[in-house]
Amino acid sequence: MMNFKGKWVKNIFLYLLAIVGAVMMIFPFLWMVSNAFKANVFVIEYPPQLIPDNPSLENFTRAWTSNFFQLYFKNSAFVAIISTLGTVLFSAMTAYAFGRFEFKGKEILFTIMMLVLMVPDIISVIPRFYVAKTLGLRNSLWGLIVFYIAGSVPLNTFLLRGFFEAQPRELEDAMTIDGAGPFNIFFRMALPLAAPALATVTIFSFLGNWDEYVWALTAIDDPLKRTLPVAIYSFQGQHGTEWGLVFAAMIIALIPVFIVFLLMQKHFTGGLTTGAFKG
Amino acid sequence: MLLSHKTQKKLLPFLFLLPGLLFFFVFQLFPLLKGLQISFYDWQLLPGKVSEFIGLDNYVRAFQDQVFWRAFKNTVLYTVVTVPGQMILAMLAALLISSLPKGRGIFRAIYYIPVITSWLIVSLLIRYLFQSPQGLVNYFLVDVFHIVKEPVAWLRQAKTAFVPILVLGIWKGIGWSMVIYIAALLGIPSELKEAASIDGANGWQKFWKITVPLISPTLVFTLVMLLIGGFNVFISVYLITGGGPMQQTEVMLSYAYHQAFDFLDFGYGAALSYIMAALIVLLSVLQLKFLRRPQEIF
Repeated sequence: MMNFKGKWVKNIFLYLLAIVGAVMMIFPFLWMVSNAFKANVFVIEYPPQLIPDNPSLENFTRAWTSNFFQLYFKNSAFVAIISTLGTVLFSAMTAYAFGRFEFKGKEILFTIMMLVLMVPDIISVIPRFYVAKTLGLRNSLWGLIVFYIAGSVPLNTFLLRGFFEAQPRELEDAMTIDGAGPFNIFFRMALPLAAPALATVTIFSFLGNWDEYVWALTAIDDPLKRTLPVAIYSFQGQHGTEWGLVFAAMIIALIPVFIVFLLMQKHFTGGLTTGAFKG
Repeated sequence: MLLSHKTQKKLLPFLFLLPGLLFFFVFQLFPLLKGLQISFYDWQLLPGKVSEFIGLDNYVRAFQDQVFWRAFKNTVLYTVVTVPGQMILAMLAALLISSLPKGRGIFRAIYYIPVITSWLIVSLLIRYLFQSPQGLVNYFLVDVFHIVKEPVAWLRQAKTAFVPILVLGIWKGIGWSMVIYIAALLGIPSELKEAASIDGANGWQKFWKITVPLISPTLVFTLVMLLIGGFNVFISVYLITGGGPMQQTEVMLSYAYHQAFDFLDFGYGAALSYIMAALIVLLSVLQLKFLRRPQEIF
């Protein structure tokens, strides 16, 4: 047993360690923010300064008003929102079918989905390019959306299936007796009951779609159809040494991510892993 | 309704399945199968040119390709370094944070920030920090800690160009495993540790004899997920070194991507991807086996 003083010293030591770790985790971001507030730094400062002498918002206004940046922001928002809606609705419907109905080929179908789930998306980027080209989906935001939805249906079906299986049958029976059809039951009972799980799916889909880079880079050549991640990368190419400007653009792109993160913190730190174990 | 009640009932599940499966089959499963086909061809993307069936030639070529083996070695190196790196640091962080009397939530959130930040942004940040001669890492090494005399040209030398990629791989992933470990650690009944303390066990013994066996399913889960993630390394390599200098830091997927979209050799790129897919599916099958009976592993 430790005495009072020993415990106190030990706690201070633990907090110091935790703070050192925290600084390591956010140091690159602090650096990014610091440089974003330094206006007109064309040459990298040496020695570097963490606290800018004359902090200014100039980089942010320049990034925001520069070529098409607002268009890219809109493109990203459009793609992320539509694909997230599609993902959540279609995954929920698919998972509901697997969770509540018996039909021919059910387990085979599910196994195929799980097999595909194991193969990472990036593996099929080459044939997806071929498919998009053949279907005329290149250089179109819809060409991103359909692949984003398709890519997330298997995982979310897997995560949601259990939730629908576990919903009480009695409620469903009662609604049927009251004359409710199957779609009525799905939208008015099953979906609301699965709200916490759907929230997790929504968050992760939105973040994944907002950040997706490889497919957007591959499928889109038209500068007017770029999404933010691709635009930021080419922004870095154009403004090679103006890192302050590039960092300001990145911070603007990060704002929606951090808002979602702060609002939904609890979902981030439990939701998906428990789902993975239940499977 | 024209259909009989029975037929309606039979069709119902397929109405729910239809949209999801349509997307899945057309934009997910079909491209995967198409990729397999492409890998057996000298594939021509331009219309009017004929793609020639060449059987296993692309696969044979891969095994005779020096850059392929280098990319394979780099992929394995990345996995072997970053997976234990993430697990050990995440476990230390989890033990540390779960032993704090207060403020666990805030630390957990801070350590999780790199996880939710996109690969694009952290890759560019790392590239910025490892710049030469005036990057921040060089500043610390040369002027603050005096570890080296001259700034290191990290990204321009074959020997050092992979270091920023490894550092990023570990740093970005710590929070993910840590959050899972914290949840697992909090699930261990405290009576067990108290009983061990009474029997005279020290912290080290308690960790290995009580904590590790009890959370071994969690450890195996993170191990396998991280192994799969490690084999999938792509964006960071693509953005930080582009596989250079002289293709020295190429990994499997970056090499496949470069083959397809820089050299327009789609057949070869697809074959490289499929070799990768085979490895990953093998890992996943092992995972399913292990996850089913985790208690038999330790």
